[in-house]
This record gives sequence, C-alpha cells and structure tokens, in this order.
Amino acid sequence: MARITLQEVAHSYRRHPKDPSDYALKNIDTVWEDGGAYALLGPSGCGKTTMLNIISGLLTPTRGRVLYDDRDVTRLPPEQRNIAQVFQFPVLYDTMSVFDNLAFPLRNRGLDPQTVRRRVQEVAEVLDLTADLKKKAAGLSADAKQKISLGRGLVREDVAAILFDEPLTVIDPHLKWHLRRKLKEIHERLRLTLIYVTHDQVEALTFADKVLVMYEGEVVQMGTPTELFEEPRHKFVGYFIGSPGMNFIPCKLDGARAVFDGAAVPLDEETARRAREKEGPFELGIRPMYLEVHDSPGDDRLPVKVLKVEDQGIFRILTVQLASNTLKVRLPEEKPVPSGNAWVRFPRRWTKLYANGRLVA
Amino acid sequence: MDKWESNRAWFLILPVFVIVAFSAIIPLMTVVNYSVQDIFGPGQRFFVGMEWFREVIHDERLHNALVRQLAFSCMVLLLEIPLGVLIALAMPKKGWGVAACLVLLALPLLIPWNVIGTIWITFTRPDIGLLGKTINDMGIAFDHTARPLDAWITVMAMEVWHWTPLVALLAYAGLRAIPDAYYQAAKIDGASSWAVFRHIQLPKMRGVLTIAVLLRFMDSFLIYAEPFVLTGGGPGDTTTFLSIYLVKIAVGQFDLGPAAAFSLIYFLIVLLFCWLFYQALQNVGTGESK
Repeated sequence: MARITLQEVAHSYRRHPKDPSDYALKNIDTVWEDGGAYALLGPSGCGKTTMLNIISGLLTPTRGRVLYDDRDVTRLPPEQRNIAQVFQFPVLYDTMSVFDNLAFPLRNRGLDPQTVRRRVQEVAEVLDLTADLKKKAAGLSADAKQKISLGRGLVREDVAAILFDEPLTVIDPHLKWHLRRKLKEIHERLRLTLIYVTHDQVEALTFADKVLVMYEGEVVQMGTPTELFEEPRHKFVGYFIGSPGMNFIPCKLDGARAVFDGAAVPLDEETARRAREKEGPFELGIRPMYLEVHDSPGDDRLPVKVLKVEDQGIFRILTVQLASNTLKVRLPEEKPVPSGNAWVRFPRRWTKLYANGRLVA
Repeated sequence: MDKWESNRAWFLILPVFVIVAFSAIIPLMTVVNYSVQDIFGPGQRFFVGMEWFREVIHDERLHNALVRQLAFSCMVLLLEIPLGVLIALAMPKKGWGVAACLVLLALPLLIPWNVIGTIWITFTRPDIGLLGKTINDMGIAFDHTARPLDAWITVMAMEVWHWTPLVALLAYAGLRAIPDAYYQAAKIDGASSWAVFRHIQLPKMRGVLTIAVLLRFMDSFLIYAEPFVLTGGGPGDTTTFLSIYLVKIAVGQFDLGPAAAFSLIYFLIVLLFCWLFYQALQNVGTGESK
C-alpha cells in the first residue's frame, strides 16, 4: 500500500505533440492517499483510462513523474510497480481452470503453494466463485468471467493500489449493484487504495469517498460527492453530475448583481468582489432542486412561463422559460405544480457565478 | 399452367448441372470406367472387374510412395507450423515494417509452382547453383540429383520456403486479433513472455493454426509440380510421392486402368483425411464456444 502522487503529468499519444489539443492528459497534479476509495469520473475520451494506465505503468507519460510514496516509478513497467488493474472486458486465460486463473498473478511472483491456495480461496469466497474453482474458465458466463478478472485484481495482498477500468460495464444490473457492494466491503475491511474509473455518476458517487471529475484531459474537481453536488468548481461538473444537470444563464455583472435580459439576481458581496477581478464571460449556475418556484410575485422573484412538466415518480421536472433562457426545476412530489405563469427565486446560498467556465469563489 | 411454369424453373439450374457434370461428374465417372477395363488402344478394351484394384493395393511401390508421402506431410507440418508461428511472433506490430513483411511473405505464395521448382533447381545445382556451388566449395558434398538425403533436404527446404509464409500470415492474423487488454493484464499479472505465449497467444491462435495444419497437410499430400520439376521423383524413386507415381503410371507407362484404380484409392485416402480434419475442426469450434 502506498500514497500515489502524480506530478505535472501530461501525456500525448502523438510522437511530437505541439498544441495543447495534442495531449490526452494535460498537466495532472493529484495525490491519491493511502487507503482511499477514489472514483475517476468523466465522459468517454476525457483521459480517464490514460491516467489509469499511467498510474499502473502500462503507459509512460510524455512529461511528469509518478511517485509511489517517495519512490519514483515513472519509468518502471507494471510488474515492477506492484499494482493491480482490472479491465473493462473480462480477460481470462482460457486454457486454465478458475483456480489457476486466480492463482496466476501469485504464482508469477513465486509465492509458495500454501499461500496461493489460501489467498485464492479467500478471494473466491468473497466473489462467490468457490463452487466454480475447478471449472475451465473459458466455459463460464460473462458475469463469472468478469468476477474472475476482478479476483485476479484482488488476489494479491500487498499491492500499492487496485485500479478498476469500468469493470462493471459488461455485468447484469442486479449483479452490478451486488459487486459494487462487495468492492466497498473489501475496501472497508482491507483499507486498500482503490481507484475506480467510470462514466456512470451513480456508480462513482456510491462507490467512492472522493471523486475526481475529468474533462478534456484535466481534473476539473476532486471532492466528496457532496462537494461535487453543492460546489461544482467547473461548469462541466455542474452539468455532468446531478440529474438533470445544473442550469446555466449567461449574464453580466452590475455591482453586486448578475443581470441578464433585463432581469437581475443579487449575488453576495464576496463573490461580486472576486468576480470583478476575473475576465468573463460570466454565467449564473443553479441546481434544478435549489431553484424555488412560486405562484405569486414577490421580492427577488422573476416571472417565468411553465413550458413542460415531467413526472419522474418521486419528483417532477419543470421546464420554464425565463426571458430567453430555458431552465429546469426539480420539484418534490408533494409540492403543487404551477401552470402557465409562475415566479422563480434564486436562493443566494445556491446561486453560483462562473467566470469562463470556472467557479468564482 | 402452373405445372408448366414450375417445370421451367429447371432451366435456371441447368447451367449448374452442366458445369458440375463437365467439371466433376463426367471426369470422375470416366476414371471409374477406366479403372475396370484393360485398354490397349482406341476400341480395344476389355472388362477386367476389380483386377486393377487388387494389383494396385498390393503394389509394393505404391506402399513405399504412400509411406514417403506421409513422412513428407508430417515433416512439413513439424517444420512449417512452429516456424510460421515464430515468424509471426517476430513480425512488427505497426508501422511501415508490417506492410514490408507482408509483401515479403506473400512473394513465394505468388510464384507459379513449376517456376518454384525451376528456381530451386538453378539455386541448388552443385555445378552452377548459388547455394549448391557454395556448399560444395565449402567442402561439403551436396548433390540433390544423385544423393537421396540431399534430394529430400532440398525438397523440404523448397516446400518450407514456399509455404511457411502462409502459416506465418495465418498465425499473424490470429495474433493481431488478440485484444490489447490481454497483454496489459498479463503485464499487470507479472507474466513472463513464455507464459504470455503459452496462456494467451497459443490458445488464441488455436483456430487459425488448426486451419493452417489442415491446409498444409492436404496441400503437401497432393504435392506434385515442385518436386516433379526439381527432382522428377529421383534419384531412383526416393522422392516419388503419390501424385508423381500416379503420373508415372498414367502418362509414363500409359497404364490407364491401374492409374485410374490408383486415382480412386488416392481420392478415397484424401477424402478420409478431409473427414478426420473436418471432425477435428468441428471439435475446435465447439470447444471455443462452450
């Protein structure tokens, strides 16, 4: 086990990168604390897998250093790094039995047969594979195959971290939940560092203590699920996390107010002061669940037109027109739904200002 | 009316019948016809029943040719399959080297077979051949026209040179089809390169290698043009394989009856091996889908 540090890591798949756009990863500086459960969240092609492969050593970064505790491992291949990685699609050694598959990483490192047997049995127990140990791996279902892949990641006791590259993509939904629970259990019991790559926010938020959100080769925010939800540091985080995503309204600054289309929303003094030091363009951001809806005008209430109501069971999604902007509002089930004309209020606590895509704070 | 129309449909498949008749059925039945007759000349033929079959089955020289043929085909497999796999493993995985290697490998496969025999004659002749002369000048007596062992070595070398590229291409295709994740997982698992070969590459190549074995066995079992040009079956009859022997009987001695009987037996042997390999291939298929 170790603390993993990425120092100014950048990677390009081109041989002679020139533009910043040639880089799949741009200047990553992160520390993965020993024993943490991390999720790496982002859309396809944002550099998640690249980052994971740099940590495991399958890729050598174009620039920067990778440290395990204080040891520089940037140029070391994976087998010398003591790390485990599980891939998106099950990787099996077809000709071997399930037992031999699970034992393979241990035997390659020359462990004695007794330890191998004990570890394999423990891991098989956790993953409900005990009954299949003697079977040929090739004949099993896709679920079982991926469980074996997971098992090969978990079987070594002394790894610096276990990296998961969207490991549950091919698994049935009900089993997905079960396996995620298992991984969480294993983490709580063994306090291993786990880094879990996914593009599914539910998976990331339920699995991890800390989530890193990546966007176009950069880590735009690292934080707890609550922080990501309440304080998105980047427009992308607001938009990517939460369902529906955050509302954004292009605006201009006028003293301590954000103005757009003749309407104005008050900001707190601190935010306004900081915003004056920044370059635009500015945008207001608010989560659909924090936007208040009223059926009568009042202080700070802005008139809107209700365009659409979607019933999602435990809540409703309202689409409203505010001047030239379309906003989403999430209403709890018990709240009355206004129709036709309504008024919205932007609570100051939850109204965020973004300058050039980044949070002003 | 309906009936007449449906009968007319026969015209649509008539071309197929004609082609198959002329390409397979008529020639085959002609051979069957010859195999039960003694033919002295046009219009002079006598029905002899199973006599030619009896004679051919007890023909000592045919037994020798069959043993020679089997030994040849087995050696072909033992040399070409491992060599082809080694070449495929050593080939570059990307860049301009891939295209270069593919072209180089394809060259022997594109040359007409009798030209290959001619190339190897001039290459290995002890008096003027580049290789033959060099070996002899080094003090090693080598003459594929006079010494049976040298003739075998030369025929084998030619066969390996000619057909190993096919095995290499098949194996290379099999290797390229393995997803990168397998190699990455093997690195993470700390597998040695031998373990990668033994547990990933070889099992994943099983399908293409079975096809390679099948193709190479059948092809080498039917080999004719190259050794005929190179050694003519000699010295003596030491490189006389089945088809060379067959042609000797049919064209050399003009014994059409025995040659026809021989052809039919040869055909049945080939059919038997086809069936065996087909069964093996089927098993490979089910083994993978299980």
